[in-house]
Formats: sequence, structure tokens, C-alpha cells
Amino acid sequence: MENKVAIELKNITKTFGKVVANKDVNLTANRGEILSILGENGSGKTTLMNMISGIYFPDEGQIFIDGKEAVITSPKDAFSYKIGMIHQHFKLVDVFSAAENIVLGIEDGKYNLKNSTEEIKNISEQYGFDLEPDKKIYTMSVSEKQTVEIIKVLYRGADILILDEPTAVLTPQETEKLFAILRRMRDDGKCIIIITHKLHEVLSLSDRVSVLRKGEYVGTVNTKDTTEAELTEMMVGKKIDLNIQRNEPHDVKERLVVNNLTCVDREGATVLDNISFTAKSGEILGIAGIAGSGQRELLESIAGLQHLSSGEIFYFNPKTDEKENLRDKTPMQIRNLGVRLSFVPEDRLGMGLVGNMDIVDNMMLRSYTKGKSIFLKRKKPKDLALKIISDLEVVTPSAATPVRKLSGGNVQKVLVGREIAASPTVLMVAYPVRGLDINSSYMIYNLLNEQKEKGVAVIFVGEDLDVLIELCDRIMVIGSGQITGVVDGRNTTKEEIGLLMTKAKQKEE
Amino acid sequence: MTKSAEIKTHREPFFHVVKRDDMPTYMAWLIRVITIAVAFIIVGILSSVVTGKPFIETYDIMFQGVFGRIFEGRTTMLWKYLQEIAVLLVLALALTPAFKMKFWNCGAEGQALMGGLASIVCMIELGDKLPYPVLVAVIAVTSILAGAVWGVIPALFKAWFNTNETLFTLMMNYIATQIIKYYVYIKGGGSNVINPVSYGNFPAVGMNDYFVNIMIAIFATVLMFVYLKYSKQGYEISVVGESQNTARYIGINVKKVIIRTMLISGAVCGVAGMMLVAGKDHSINQNTVGGQGFTAILMSWLGQFNPFIMVFMTAIVVFLRIGVAKVADASYLNSSFSEIMVGIVILMLVGCEFFINYSIKFRSKKEANL
Amino acid sequence: MIVQFICRAIMLSVPLLYGSTGEIITEKSGHLNLGIPGIMYTGAISGVVGAFLYENACGNNADNMNPFLAIAIPFLCAVLGAMLMGLIYSFLTVTLHANQNVTGLAITTLGIGLGNFLGASLVNITKSELPSIALTKTSAFFAAKLPFADDLGWFGEIVFSHDFLTYLAIAIAIIASIVLNRTRVGLNLRSVGENPATADAAGINVIKYRYLATCIGSAVAGLGGLQYVISYASGVWSNDAFGDRGWMAIALVIFALWKPSMAILGSFVFGALCNANNYIQGLGTETQELFKMLPYIVTIVVLIITSMRKKREHQPPASLGINYFREER
Repeated sequence: MENKVAIELKNITKTFGKVVANKDVNLTANRGEILSILGENGSGKTTLMNMISGIYFPDEGQIFIDGKEAVITSPKDAFSYKIGMIHQHFKLVDVFSAAENIVLGIEDGKYNLKNSTEEIKNISEQYGFDLEPDKKIYTMSVSEKQTVEIIKVLYRGADILILDEPTAVLTPQETEKLFAILRRMRDDGKCIIIITHKLHEVLSLSDRVSVLRKGEYVGTVNTKDTTEAELTEMMVGKKIDLNIQRNEPHDVKERLVVNNLTCVDREGATVLDNISFTAKSGEILGIAGIAGSGQRELLESIAGLQHLSSGEIFYFNPKTDEKENLRDKTPMQIRNLGVRLSFVPEDRLGMGLVGNMDIVDNMMLRSYTKGKSIFLKRKKPKDLALKIISDLEVVTPSAATPVRKLSGGNVQKVLVGREIAASPTVLMVAYPVRGLDINSSYMIYNLLNEQKEKGVAVIFVGEDLDVLIELCDRIMVIGSGQITGVVDGRNTTKEEIGLLMTKAKQKEE
Repeated sequence: MTKSAEIKTHREPFFHVVKRDDMPTYMAWLIRVITIAVAFIIVGILSSVVTGKPFIETYDIMFQGVFGRIFEGRTTMLWKYLQEIAVLLVLALALTPAFKMKFWNCGAEGQALMGGLASIVCMIELGDKLPYPVLVAVIAVTSILAGAVWGVIPALFKAWFNTNETLFTLMMNYIATQIIKYYVYIKGGGSNVINPVSYGNFPAVGMNDYFVNIMIAIFATVLMFVYLKYSKQGYEISVVGESQNTARYIGINVKKVIIRTMLISGAVCGVAGMMLVAGKDHSINQNTVGGQGFTAILMSWLGQFNPFIMVFMTAIVVFLRIGVAKVADASYLNSSFSEIMVGIVILMLVGCEFFINYSIKFRSKKEANL
Repeated sequence: MIVQFICRAIMLSVPLLYGSTGEIITEKSGHLNLGIPGIMYTGAISGVVGAFLYENACGNNADNMNPFLAIAIPFLCAVLGAMLMGLIYSFLTVTLHANQNVTGLAITTLGIGLGNFLGASLVNITKSELPSIALTKTSAFFAAKLPFADDLGWFGEIVFSHDFLTYLAIAIAIIASIVLNRTRVGLNLRSVGENPATADAAGINVIKYRYLATCIGSAVAGLGGLQYVISYASGVWSNDAFGDRGWMAIALVIFALWKPSMAILGSFVFGALCNANNYIQGLGTETQELFKMLPYIVTIVVLIITSMRKKREHQPPASLGINYFREER
């Protein structure tokens, strides 16, 4: 049985300034199927889909819906073609309720939230969602927010659904639930397009896969006729080895001991609940958990950026063998104690670096206080910048380029390079490969392994469980601010970690 | 195919706007200079329409009014022009560190008034009691302190409670105005005027009464440039302004930087107040600063927080203010006409940044016919 | 005495109420319009020019004047003049993506300059001795009271003795409150101010909403300027008399927590404070000057208190002051 073509793209090209995001892309998606758009970060998947949903307008090319040419100049046009997109970064108004968000922008007769709420409940039941329509968005978990987004497009009667990296923030169990819903929609005759860079998802969910590389269309294959290796080659353009090396740790010593750490945020919610663990030199300790389970607060507590309600953080100085308590010390005091702590935060341009400053000035962030002079010395930071640019192959016009103009991978190289250049004894990294292409990601993994070999205690907060399992020696799982388990990276499974991720939550309920 | 193409060209947007950050600096400046030139032509046309004088003559009056050998008192207009630039420039310089820190100090007016108040109090109360050099030193110290105090009050609340500084500093202006009115009423014996005080005036050099003020402005410009660009404190200001999270992450005490920067900002405003009172008016009233605190906000921003570009911008705005006022005077019109012209020129300068930061792309014929 | 005090406070509060309601409507769309002081000036002077021309056209004789036109002409002039300024602001910030603070301040410079220049020009035309222009005839038409106000004693005086611009101000605030909270247009507008990218993705025309909210907000604020000249000052325009009321209106927005209904209460409190110095016995002129600080000090105290109590619903629109560009990367 031949499925009806729902949407067809012909020769789509889109540029941003000098950057070509999409070049001559051709694509078709059918009704009653799930199509994956596969590509590395930065390959133009999201830009392409944004043109279908009316966020961007293509520079060149045509879009056909049900065989007729469509001009989609705004999201409103997209709705009229029954196209709905669920963005990776949710497009929700925080202070509105779920129902208000869902009806936002719809113009059909009288505005009546009560009736809408009823309809929302009906849709939820039909597909098996859990949702409280009156709940405010800012009190919701990520998976609840995603549910709101999906119902938002269903409420508008969308039958072409585009999901941008929908599983990035979900646990394996939540992902399975979402996939079941998507399959149900497909069987309902809807056209589902999912954007992803995760191969196993492509293989388990979709009927066909279209691959993009560097903004260009590579080809489409039927999922049942393809393999992980073939898809990788299409995606990257060459055969690559997807294994991450992992050496046995040596000279393992206690470096950082955290005892009974508890942290309460401004609104009075407990974000870290009685956390105790040890980070050892020469090993990589992974931290897994649903986004927002306290990972950020934990790293920030160690770095001296959070106020703690109780607990201790002991650092064992390898040079002096002295034991220092880092609790209630500012980052400056911690540094002055001789603690060589490096930290690559999750928010690279909002915390680790200053986007509008050039690479040299960003190098200076760590070192500018050195010396008694009231004036800055730019010589050493400049040398360091040039060294990092050449060692880590940072693609940049010059060391005087503002870092916000660099691509995500290069920004991360600058940040990681600076933190490693401080020759740390403890290195904390949060989501270090988020948004990076495969080559940059592997470069980061190699750098972390190098640091481990040098005897650094590495703490790695990650979201991709496959990577955590391959890279880390031990993996600590946290859920709702508590430690729910510590497993050995060499003999654990994704399912085991997934269960641990939701354990604390279930206890609460 | 042809039919669908027709429908398509009918409906699709004719052009769209894209962001650019690749414009070379000289092109950006070319656009700004052209904008200023166009603005001057518009000012000339409007002046000509309103006054009924020929187009060229309005410029003649403007230039004569600013650069001609017209005397006001014993000083030529040119010196007066430089003096006006000096005050506005110092106010703009004062605001710049705060703005770089993204602290929207709208209180230059009040901070300068308090500086001026300190000057006049010293001149009246201590004028006949202290030798001249000591008196001038005391005036300088108290004016700087008064401005700094007036600036740091909102900063303290911003640092601790994140209180909205825009409105806080604005309200501080009006409180300062009322204090001045109160003081003038007491000292003026109910007449709303304080007669010029002869003690503690800045010395005239040659026939030029404003020499000291102009020197202060030159000195302040260079100092502020160096402070912002080459000092560690200037670097900290930039980091706090760009991202408070980054500042905390690298161990900068954000509260301390906010408070320290506003002490400096207020102090320099205090200097401007002193320039107005001890260096120019030798008296005070609630209009001594005359709204320049607000114009200074625009100058600092249009100068892209660079002291040397600010010199250029203030020179243009003060030229318009004096020149157009002369045109209006010559036709017995209200000199507020110059404020309108300044407003229009600034709006045009603000608007022209669009053409520097964005480019308009038209859809080429080629694809439309595909 | 107390009745008089309250009536006076209400009168003083009306320009503030117009200004702050206008600014709330504007801010709900994500525009921090610091041009409001200039826009209120423009509204005032446009109304004055309109009234002046109509009075002259009628030979300066109240008998020749049509009551409806005498009110409608200044009213429309004020609305259109203020709207034009709002349009300039929107064009610069929405279409040309200019910095909102700077544009607003420039609009204020322009508006105040325009007010003073046109005001002084009218004084010139009338060859008046005083530096002011009196439109007492137009003012009289505006001041028409409800007929039964005097029959109801102090209650009538407080509640029914005001001119229609006062009731209109309250009505606009209440209508704005209902529209913002109970209608689809309000929901859309709030979403534009909170998160324009979301609103855009939901098919709401962000550009249209920002233009309209700013222009309507400006028109409302402009009426505040008109009310000040025609009603409060009994039709007498003099340069700079309007003073800093525009800034107080902006401060009131924070006091009112971005709720037009709260602005009614807030502006009354401010009106009373502005007026308190005249009703405290035995104050010398110099002490009165100190008492005039009261509204500013109270504003500061309010700012501090609201900044100390952080509640999610009491925050400014999340995108306030930030321009929206769809293709931002």
C-alpha cells in the first residue's frame, strides 16, 4: 500500500548572513508514517523544519503540501496547513496555565477557557496523556511541558507533527511512553517528523530516515533496510569508530569528599537533599539524572556559588596532603587556598564565558587578578588564546573575535581549553558535548580521558546515557536532589540507570 | 507550473530583514556620518520653514552663533560652546561605567545637582573663612562626595534587593530638586534667586572664564577611557555588565562592583555639578543642570560607551542646541525649538543603527520564476 | 476641608492614572516606553493647539462654540498627537530594532521641546503679557458636572462632582483591566510581552500587537496631558508646568504591579501625597518645598518593598525592554 505524500520540499535553500544553513534540500514525508530527520548538530535540521512551521522563510525553493504549492510566511500559515511543530526549546509562556498556553493564538469565536479545558481533557484521554490544564507552566517538569506542547498542536487539529529532539530531556521510560503515543498517532493517519541525532531512536521508531549533512540533503533510506553504521556514514561523511576509549584508573586517591550536602533555593524548595559522595583522582565520575534534578546546584555548590544549608565539602590537596573544607567559601577564597578546581558550566556563554568579549579577554577571566598592578596585562592571556586555538583546532578568524560569533563546538573548545590550562586537580564538566558535532564531541571525550590519565578527578554531568556508560568509571544517579544509586560504568545498563533516575520521584508520590 | 508561480509571487513577502555583524567599521561610520549630514539638512529645512528665513541663512546664523566672534560677557561664544560641551561630556562620562555595567543610572541630574549644592554651600559658608586654595580643595572634595552619596544610595538597594534602578535614580533627581529649592528659598531670602557668590570661583585664564572646566573635561575623558579599557576594575565592570553569572563564576564580588561603580559614577556627576556652580554660574537653582543629565544618557549610548566618540557626539548636540537656539532667537521664537531639533537628530541616529546591524534582502527574480 | 482635599487629590491623580494605564498597556506588549513624559506633553499641547484654533475660529466667543466640537476637537487632537509619538517610538523599536531606553528618552526630549515651543509660539501669537495661554472657554465646556452632584452633599462632591475626563480615566483603567485578563486579545497581548517567540510561534502577529499596544497606550497617556491643562489648570498652559508627572506615571506602573485596576488606587495615593503640603497647617514656604518630596520618597519606598517581595505573578512582563527579531540566531 502506497502512503499519500503529505509534504514535499523542493530545492530549499536558507542562509544567515554568510552561513548557509540549508542548501538545495529535497524531502518528502507521507501520511501514516514516522519520518526521522537525522543529522549532526549544526547540520541544518532545525532550520529546515522552522521553514515548514513558518518561523523562517526560505531564500529559495518551494514547499508542497498534499501536492499543492504552499507559501508559509508565518506560523499562522503553517497552522492553516495543519502543520504543528514541537520545538526543542519549548515555546511556552511561564506565567500562563497549560490551558492558556494551548489556546494561545487561536481565533475561533468566543474566548472560553472552560470549554477549551474540556476539549484538552478529551484530547489527553484519546492519546493517553497526563495533564492538569490549570497548572502554571513554571511549576511543571520538562516532560509535562512537552506534553503541553504536543497537545497544543493537536488542539489546533494538526495532522503533520514535527518534533525537534523530543527525547533530549526525557528518561528512557518517558521516551518509551512518548514513542508509544507517536505510534498511535501514526496509526491514526498523521504524518510525524522527528528531528534527532540519536541513531538507536531512529532505528526503533521511524519508518524512513532522511539524512542531512552540513546543510545538504544526503539521502533517504527505509529504516528496515539500514544499519547504524550506514546511517553514521551518511551523517558524518566518512566511516568513524564510535567507541570511546576507557582505560583502567590508576593511582586512585580520595580528592573530593562531599558529606550530607543540603541546599535550599530561593523559593524554599530543597534542590539538594543530603548528598554524600567521593570523587577520586584518576577516574571519571559520571552524574546522571533528569534535567533539573540538582546537577547544576551540586556543581555550583562545590565551586562556591551556592549557599548551603548543611553539609561539608572536603578537598585533599595532593601537594600538601592537607584537608580543606570548601563550604561557605567564595570562588576567590577557594582559589586562594590553592585548590585547583576547574569548572565547565552548562551555560557556556552565560556563565563560563562572556559572549561579547574576544577570546583573549575570555582567557583573562581566570587570571586577571594576578599581580599587584591596577592595570590589566594582556600578554599571557593572548599567548594562551593562541595556544588553545592551535592545539584544539578552534576555527576562528582571530583571537580578537568575540566568542559569541564562534560555533557551538568552538565555543566549547575555548572554554574547556581555558579550564584545562589551569592544570586542575578537580575538573567538573556539565553537559560538555551538548550541541556539538561528532568530531568535536570526541575531541572533548579525549581531553577528559587525558585529564583522567594525568590523575585529575573528573566529574562529568551528562544527559546521553550511552556516552555516560561508555566513558565513566562510576556513575552516580540523582533524582529530585537525592542520590538514588551509584553504579559501575563497566557493567550497568541504560534501563538500570533510567529506573534509578525516576526512583526518588516515585518515592514522593 | 506558471500558474502556481504567479500565485506565489503574489503572496510571498517582497523582502525580509536579516541580521548582519560583518559590516566594516568604516562603513558603519560612513552611515552615521551620512545620517548626521541628512539630519543637518532636515534641521536647516525645518528652521527655514519655521523662521521664514532662507535655507542657507539659517546655517549662517548657526555657525555665527557658535563660532563667530560674538561675546557673552567677556568670553567668546566659542569658549562658551566648549564649556557647554565640557559639562555635557563629563556627565556622559560619568554615566558610562554604570551603563557598561548595565546599571541604568538616570540620576545624573540629581547627582550633579547635589555636587553643585555642596559647592555652593562651601562657597557661601566657608568662602570668607578659608584661604582660596584650601577653599577650592574643600569644594572639590565635598562636591565629589555629595555626588557619590547620591549615586550610591540606589546602588546599595540594587545590590541587595535588585531594586529597579531606573526609577529609583529618577526619583532621586526630584528629591534633589526639592532640596535645592528649599536651600535657594532659605538663602535667597524668599526670592528664589541666590546672587552669584564671589568666593571659590574657578580662576579665569587670560580672558577665558571656562578654561578650568574645559581642562577638567579633557582630563576626565582620557582618564575614563584608560579606566574602562585598561584597568582591572574596568574589566570587572564589563564582566558584570555582560553576565552577572559569569562574574560570580570567576569570583567577582558583584555587589562590591555595583557599589564601587556607582560611587565613581555619582562622584563624576558631582564634578559636573561643581563645574556648573564653581566654574560657571557661581550660583544655583533647580534648573542649573537643566535636563543635561538626561541628554547625557543619550550621549553615552550614542558614543557607544567610548569616551572619544562621546566627544564627537556631544560636540554635535551642543552645536545644535546653541546654534538652533540662535536661529530661533533671531526670529523671536522660543528656544525650545532647538530641543525639538536635538530630539529629531538623536532619533535619526538611533534609527540609523538599523542599517548597520541589519540588511534588507529582496527576493531575487531568478527564484521567483523557478 | 477633607472633602476638598479628596476632590483635589482625585483631580491631581487623573493625569497619573491616564499615564500609568497607558504605560501598563504599552509595557504588557514588552515595550518599556520612557517616552511617556514627552508623549503626555505632546497630548497636552496638541489639545491646546486644537482648542486654541477652535476658540479663534469662533471669534473667541463662547456663545458661538458648539459644545460637542469644543470637547471633541481638543480631545481628538490630544489622542492623535500622542498616538503619532507612539507611532514614531514603535517604528524605531519594532521596525528598526532600536534600543528602547534610548528611543524613549529621545521621544521625551522631543515631546517636551515640542510642547514648550508650540506653547511659547501660541503665547507669541496672542501677544499676551503673561507667559501662558488661557483656554478658559474650552475648559468650561469640559468642566460640565453631573447635575445632581450638588444635591448629594459631601458624597456627591466626592463621587459625582468631577468632569467627564475623570470618569473616562477610571473607565479606561477598568476596561483595560478586563481586556487584559478576560479576553483573547488580552491573552495574546500578555503573551507578546512575556515571550514574543512563543506568541509568534502560536501565530500571533507580534509586530501588530506591539505597534497597537504602544499607540493606544500613548493615546491614553496623551489624554492625561490634556486633562492636566484643560481641567486641572483650568485651560491655562504654561511651559514646564506639567513637570515630572510623566515619570511618576511610569513609577506608578511598578506600584500597581502592572494591573490597571491597581493603578486607580495608586494614582489616588500619589495625588493625595502631591497635595498634602497644602493641607497641613502652619507650613512655611520652605518647609512646603521639603514636603513636596513626599511622593518621590514614597515611590522609592514602594520600589524597595516590591523588589524585596518576589512573587512570580508580580513581576514585570518577562520580555520588557527587549526587542523581538524572529530570525535571531
